[in-house]
Order: sequence, then structure tokens, then C-alpha cells
Amino acid sequence: MKKILVYLEAQKDALKRSSYEVISAATQIAAEASVSVTGVLVNGTEQQAKTAGEYGLTDVIIAKHNVAGIYSSTATAKIVADCAKAEGADCVLFSGNAAGLEVAPRVSVKLEAGYVADCVELNVDGGTITALKPVYGGKAAVKAKVNTENQIYSLRPNVFTAKANPADCAVREMSPEVSADDAKAQVTSVTKNEGKLDVLEADAIVSGGRGIKAPENYNIIEDLADALGGAVGASRAVVDAGWRPHSEQVGQTGKTVAPSLYIAAAISGAVQHMAGITTSKFIVAINKDKDAPIFSACDYGIVGDIFDVLPKLTEKIKAVKG
Amino acid sequence: MNILVCISRVPDTASRILIGSDSKTIDPAGIKYVVNPYDEFGLEEALRLRTKNGGEVTAVTVGTAASTDVMRTALAMGADKVVLIKSENEPTDSFYVAKNIAELAKEISPDLILCGRQSVDYDSFQMTSVLAELLDMPSVSIVSALTVDSDKLTAERDIEGGKETVEAPLPCIISAQKGLNEPRYPKLPDIMKAKRKAIEERDAIPSEERVTISEMSILSKQRVGTILSDSDEDIAELVRLLHEDAKVI
Repeated sequence: MKKILVYLEAQKDALKRSSYEVISAATQIAAEASVSVTGVLVNGTEQQAKTAGEYGLTDVIIAKHNVAGIYSSTATAKIVADCAKAEGADCVLFSGNAAGLEVAPRVSVKLEAGYVADCVELNVDGGTITALKPVYGGKAAVKAKVNTENQIYSLRPNVFTAKANPADCAVREMSPEVSADDAKAQVTSVTKNEGKLDVLEADAIVSGGRGIKAPENYNIIEDLADALGGAVGASRAVVDAGWRPHSEQVGQTGKTVAPSLYIAAAISGAVQHMAGITTSKFIVAINKDKDAPIFSACDYGIVGDIFDVLPKLTEKIKAVKG
Repeated sequence: MNILVCISRVPDTASRILIGSDSKTIDPAGIKYVVNPYDEFGLEEALRLRTKNGGEVTAVTVGTAASTDVMRTALAMGADKVVLIKSENEPTDSFYVAKNIAELAKEISPDLILCGRQSVDYDSFQMTSVLAELLDMPSVSIVSALTVDSDKLTAERDIEGGKETVEAPLPCIISAQKGLNEPRYPKLPDIMKAKRKAIEERDAIPSEERVTISEMSILSKQRVGTILSDSDEDIAELVRLLHEDAKVI
């Protein structure tokens, strides 16, 4: 390995938390393999770029262009690949979020690089990386090695810890060579789910299952999620019944999540649901049925009726959080 | 409008996964294989676009002879033509699969290519972008709403905490997300008819394996496993455990 390039994404005046996670992983690998790390931020500000230093990244390139309105994945892929070439970077790391999963494979073709997506571990031994990557929706995992000279990885969000490691960050600017032809796919507008935290971005998630009985009962789930400052999730049964939107579905045909705390309320623990939560740090199950499969795969469980337990739990958590 | 739909054969999501004797792949015994659920959304969208605009829908898969069954499902759902690009082993390298599909795409020059968001076996989320890059086409992944005009498309794409609207000219590649449509169930007469239809077969072209899998294991995390009752004391104990031991609240 010669050098690592990390793809960074901005959010407000800083970078996305997922970018800090990638920075932490990259600086750790770089230290073990004795190589340097550079970040690339497309159309960001110096203020945003500088925050990379809080997590130990000392060199960031801002690539400014105006060939695409809001964003173009195709232009971004060209910029990142060109940047890797110019910097002599043979290893590129992305967050495995919506943007990273779309751009990384394109960069892999441009750099003729092997690419491992959605990694949950990157282990370095003598400069060689072995990635651990979940397969079959998290029911299994494979150890994967890249055979090509250039290598690319995307990291599952929330799994790698962003560790504070303050350093001075130098910011460079470059003008990428991109034209309108490189920006064929263009984002024309972005709609945010206002006031609602997404399960992919939340550190705590409370999900409801069929045992919630009716959509209007979801308030007990929402109250607990609010008390935790977390997001509301749902099982497939609840989404298929039309009680909750698909954006909240957790599991193999929904979202794969990795929060610090996952609370499954009246969810039995079907194999598809469990697959989507395996990388959560702590799983709490609340279910009436003491034989529900989820009790054999959780950290803490309460055998009881969610309509009785959840409101009490919400009050007690509020008291602790003050 | 000619549409190419990429399909893969995967274990039903309700399957329990066991590791095979080679320690690198799963044990196929007792597993029910199906069309990748996200590919069904892609195929359904293609069939609806054909109803609206005319043209031909071709479904393609790269796999062993065992993939014949999912090709029949595609025919039963309504694909005009299916192509099985035969490989010796079940492919695990996305680049290899994309490269083979790209060769076919160059021959039939589709206006639109539809894939699933991810294949629920290796969950690599790569096919769409790699294929698009190999064909020098724009692409939009994780699409939950799509409008196709004569020379461009508008797609709604799921991102963290919201949606993006993306515009791109045709030809273009889309990866389908749940919510795009409700895939049809093939009717019995169509299933019977599909059994008699031809499946075009060709041999996969070899390509370098860019990523090697050395070992597969069951992903499990040692969990504490403390089960409590629903008494007030136990609920308080749970909060204490989460606060003091797990330190997550």
C-alpha cells in the first residue's frame, strides 16, 4: 500500500459523522501500514474540511466544480478517481452510505480496482487488508481480499467508531477536470423527512412489530424513541400492513442498521429481521411470548406486554436522561 | 423501448444459512432459491414500461445451469426473451457478472437497464454502477419512483433521511428499491407456457477475479442475554443496565 484516499461528505458546517468514521478507520490503517492519508471533499468549504483534523486527518483536498446543480454521482466518481491518480493513492475508502455505495463501484472501474462493499472490519497485516463483510443480509460474513494493485472499500455506517484525535488539517484546493458530459446524472432536488430522524442515522432505534395491533398505537413506540433521542423503525409485517412507511423498515428487505441501542417491541425475531440488526451494539427485546426467537439473540429482554411496559420504560428513561 | 433486466438467483430471505464444506460458500441443501426480490421490482417496472411504450423486455442472468428456474419465472412474469450467461461456478465477483452483462448490453443496445438495489446473497450494491461505468452510461441507484420519457428519466432515490430527485438522459441504468411497484404473481397458464419457451444460453467470458473470498462464517455477536420480567423493579433494572453497564443511555 502506498497511500490512502478517503471520500468525505459535508453536512452543515462540518462533515457527516460517517465521514469521521471513515477518517478514523483510514488513519488507523495508515499508521499500521506506514502510509499517509488524504481526504477529498467535492464542492465543500474550508471550514467543513478543517473539521477532518478533529479525527486525525491532516490533509484535505477540496475539489470545486460547477458542472452539476446540486450533485452528480458520475462527476464525483471522475473527480475521486482522478484525485487518487494524482495523489498516487492506491487505496480509497468510502462510507457505505447512499452516496458511497453509488460512487465507489464507478471509481473501482476507473481505477481497475477490486472493491469490497459494506465492510464491518478492516484488518491490516503486513500492509495487506482483509475485509470482513456481511452477506446474506447479515446471516453470514465473508473475509475478502482484493487481488488488484488498487483497492477500494466502503464501510458500513455506525460500525467503525469516529475517535477524536485532534490534529492540524491542511486544506488544499484543486480544480477538477470535469465537463457537463461527466455529469449526465444530476440531482435536481432533495427532500428531507422533516423533523424525523432516519434509522440509518440514529444511535438509538425503537421498532414495532405486529404486536402493536393497530397503526394508531404507534405513539408508544414514538414516545420511547423521542425519550431516547432516537428513530422509529418497523418490522416488515407492520410496513406490509401499510401501518408505517417503507423508509422505516428494518431487516433484510428494509434497512440494515447498526445503532448503539436497538429496541424491538413486539417483534418475534424472524430471521429476515434479525439479519438487519446483527451489527447493533445492544439489542433489547420486549415481547409477551417468552419463547419468541428474539429472546435468544438479545442483550436484554423483558417478557411482558408492550402496552404495559413501553410507557413505564419511557418514563424511567426520561428520569435518567433528566 | 428496449429494456434489459438483470436478475439473480438467491436464497429465499426466510432461509436459514449454513456454511458449506468448503468454508467459503453456503450449504445449498434445503434452500429454496428465488428471483432476487429487488430484481422482481426491476422486472415489474420493465413490464409496465413495455405496456405503456411498447418494445421488448430481455432478462439476463449470469450463473450456473441451476439459474434456469429463475429464468422461467422471468418468462412467466412476462419477459419476451431470457438469456442465461453460463458460468462454471456460482459467480461471487460483481465485476465478473457486470462485465458479462455489459457484453450482452452492447449487442442489444437497450434504452434502459434495470437491476435490483442489491442482490440479497452477497449484498454488494455494485452491479448498477459498475455496469453503468463499463457502458459509459448514467445511473441512479435505490430508486423508489420512476418516470421515463422518450429521451430522459426522472427518478426518486432513497437517501439517509429523505429522497433525492435525479434526472438523467437515456440510455440509463436504474436499481430498483422496494416501493417502486408491486410485482405481479405469475398466473398458472403463464407458468405452464414459460416451461416451453426457449432460454438463450451462452458461455460467460472469463475475467480476472478482483476480490477473493477466503472464508465464510456465521455472523454472530456474543450477547449478554439477560431476560427480565415486566415488574416495575425489573423495568427499572433494565434502565439501570442500559445506563450503567451498556452505557447507551
